[in-house]
Amino acid sequence: MALARVQLPASAKRGEAIEVRIAIQHPMETGFRYDNMGKAIPKNVINSLRVRYNGTEIFRAELGSGIAANPYLQFFTVAEASGQFDFEWVDDNGDRGMEQAAISITG
Amino acid sequence: MNTPVRRRFVALLAGLAAVPLLPFRAARAQADPFAALLKQVTGGATVRLGRVKVDTPRLADNGHSVPLTVSVESPMTAADHVRSITLLSERNPRPLMATFYLGPKAGRAEVATRVRLNGTQRVLAVAQISDGSYWSGTAEVEVTESACLDMS
Repeated sequence: MALARVQLPASAKRGEAIEVRIAIQHPMETGFRYDNMGKAIPKNVINSLRVRYNGTEIFRAELGSGIAANPYLQFFTVAEASGQFDFEWVDDNGDRGMEQAAISITG
Repeated sequence: MNTPVRRRFVALLAGLAAVPLLPFRAARAQADPFAALLKQVTGGATVRLGRVKVDTPRLADNGHSVPLTVSVESPMTAADHVRSITLLSERNPRPLMATFYLGPKAGRAEVATRVRLNGTQRVLAVAQISDGSYWSGTAEVEVTESACLDMS
């Protein structure tokens, strides 16, 4: 489904709080807009996003129409072990998306 | 000169000046616009002001996308961490903008995103700490182009 871009440091020290960023391509349709024919465009937003780090959930977000189109999120997590981040999200239409990113931990 | 007329005129002016203040004061005195929403979010628990900082530009040209950072003063340990952060808007048609769930593994209680704002307003962030207490912080944003006016 939607395209997403994830940014995290390629490597980090163990115990360090690292910044994780994700931007997902999605209109975050509010349901308050009308198309050219005057028909209401139904609401369709990414309503939830889950981030797991080596299988453990570290961050979850419930979003509404108050979040701008192409939602961007930035948060922190403590670097523990080399491995993988899994990002999963779903919108009001039930469309799911996912993205992965790897990190290597030193020290 | 014609003092009674002038006095009446001055009295009228004074009266005019006082009138618009009255409904304004009344509106101010009314309950916080967030009160009802907060009850929904916290389940009636008291929300204290402090520990939460909301960072936004003071002036946003475009309400469609306003950068916003929320940070909470917390050591983020297993014993004392931020469980969730909820973003509320004063004037959006859907005031509940987002809820973020963190844990002790976050390391730092800070989340940034971009929000839609329907006009100049206050934005409120409520954080739930692991001991069950709620803390909040606000930011005032002046929006020159509102998000929800665009009907096309």
